[in-house]
Amino acid sequence: MSFSWAKPYEPKHPLAKWFDQRLPLPRLAYGAVGGGYPVPRNLNYWWNFGVAAGLFLTIQIVTGIVLAMHYTASSGGAFNSVNQLIMRDVNAGWLLRYAHMNGASFFFIVVYIHIFRGLYYGSYKAPRELVWMLGLVIYLLMMATAFMGYVLPWGQMSYWGAQVITGFFSAFPLIGEPLRIWLLGGYAPDQAALGRFFSLHYLLPFVIAAVVILHIWALHIPGSGNPTGVDVKDEKDTLPFHPFFTAKDGWFSAAILLAYALVTYFAPNYLGHPDNYIPANPLATPAEIVPEWYFWPFYAILRSFTVDFILPAKLWGVLAMFSSILLLFFLPWIDKSPVRSGSYRPVFKRFFWLLVIDVIVLGWAGGGAPNPMRNVISQLAAAYYFLHFLVILPLVSAFETPLPLPRSISDSVLHGEEAEAAPVGSKPRRTKAATAVVE
Amino acid sequence: MATKAGSAEVPHSVVADGEGIRRRDYLKIGAVAFAGVGGVVALAPLLVQMSPSADVLALSTTEVDISKVQPGQGIKVSWRKQPVFVRNLTPKEIAEANAVPLSSLRDPQTLAERTKPGKQNWLITLGVCTHLGCIPLGIGEGENKGPFGGYFCPCHGSQYDTAARIRQGPAPKNLFVPDYEFTTPTTVTIGAKGK
Repeated sequence: MSFSWAKPYEPKHPLAKWFDQRLPLPRLAYGAVGGGYPVPRNLNYWWNFGVAAGLFLTIQIVTGIVLAMHYTASSGGAFNSVNQLIMRDVNAGWLLRYAHMNGASFFFIVVYIHIFRGLYYGSYKAPRELVWMLGLVIYLLMMATAFMGYVLPWGQMSYWGAQVITGFFSAFPLIGEPLRIWLLGGYAPDQAALGRFFSLHYLLPFVIAAVVILHIWALHIPGSGNPTGVDVKDEKDTLPFHPFFTAKDGWFSAAILLAYALVTYFAPNYLGHPDNYIPANPLATPAEIVPEWYFWPFYAILRSFTVDFILPAKLWGVLAMFSSILLLFFLPWIDKSPVRSGSYRPVFKRFFWLLVIDVIVLGWAGGGAPNPMRNVISQLAAAYYFLHFLVILPLVSAFETPLPLPRSISDSVLHGEEAEAAPVGSKPRRTKAATAVVE
Repeated sequence: MATKAGSAEVPHSVVADGEGIRRRDYLKIGAVAFAGVGGVVALAPLLVQMSPSADVLALSTTEVDISKVQPGQGIKVSWRKQPVFVRNLTPKEIAEANAVPLSSLRDPQTLAERTKPGKQNWLITLGVCTHLGCIPLGIGEGENKGPFGGYFCPCHGSQYDTAARIRQGPAPKNLFVPDYEFTTPTTVTIGAKGK
């Protein structure tokens, strides 16, 4: 794959040769994540979050398989199987459960950073459109998996989460209500719903793993992007994945794991909602019902439609929420600028950071109980979200004058720290770095 | 970091010199060893979660009231989720068991060795066939006791005598005698280390 100078796999040991001729699996791994995959040498730390996401997928699958050994998917026994059996009786069960709970949050943290990395550096642009779209498929699958996982402990937030999220489907005219009843296998969440959620919660991570393989495969055809957005031209522009990026990803993964361990051990319930330690009660909704933090921005978009306009407000909310993600699939064609990296797009860059702030505001708005002030803010923020993608981005890509790009990756790397950090064409402050070179 | 002025004074000995231990080798071995040990430690909770939890281990003793078990009768009780046969042997059954020459047994043990002193009529064994773990017949009223008057395993035809010793069939050992003690003359605590 990728470049002609990629080192071929050359087994030395006779047994490795014997194996390679019969099943070239080590060859595949060598070409994918070994010395045989040339990577642009100028990757910055924003490029470490893909491997980190893979790490958390692995952690979630491993801890999840173990938790499923003790979990009971019954509406009468699920709550106790989590809060009594797993949290108190099973050896190290508390650790595995907290690791799984916070592993989900960290999976989303690293994936959000990974997505925004892609947005800033134009990772969705040709020839990597499919990499981007497969990534969005992974993200959608993650959302479904996380939602169904949150239902499994069968606490109050689980139960009412299941009720509200399946309620989305009832917004569609005619088919809505029958669809919701079909999804739940009843009029309200109960045994039938819990059973299917558990089964699918176990299945979907393996589907995610399969799409991850496609995501990486599609990535390795053109090769990884890089902070300049300039294509790789020759061997000087790249370094082999192993040992250079395995080492960098290795230490960075350790750093992320440290943060994850700190939260898991010292604030395991910080990211969760205390009401989920109350057993599900189908007759009383908790006073404050919010999803897990990683859904807050979408929850804000859902709630920001409060008035019927041609269609019912409920349907508008659901449509807006779904389309807020679905429109990302069209991003490669919405942003037509030939320059990939935001570093060379002065106008785009400013709007990018506005979008980041907007999403954070949406998250804040979605995470609290609705009140008039919060509603107005979430309406404005939701409107800006769509404005960004549907109006601002096409206009910026049509009218913006990008900065001159470096001739090559090596060129951008090889004139000192200051110049490397600044886009080519802008004048780097020739102070310390320049004198250091002279010395 | 490397562009700092001070780094120009790195002693020659720690820089790659072709031969000997380089600083990078040290860092590499240190980092990989550290990560390796951490990885193995992280496996521990994944393994210990499979071993019996404290609430399961707490089931390790069972009290049995044997006051109503008449000679010739037996009861089946549950200990650690496994059946235990408590049998009150008749004098005839005791005599039969004691008449067997030890040399003819696959797993030689006397009845006295398998019971408590002075309580030779109380035969308490695990009701789990030592072949492949089925529950032998013979403890309940009217069940097939097999040709040796003890227990008969329906799965693969192992036959036990009145001291629950293996006499014929594929089982390698006598029915297991668990730890137990008489806490009162009519109460047995199974699982407790006997005196």
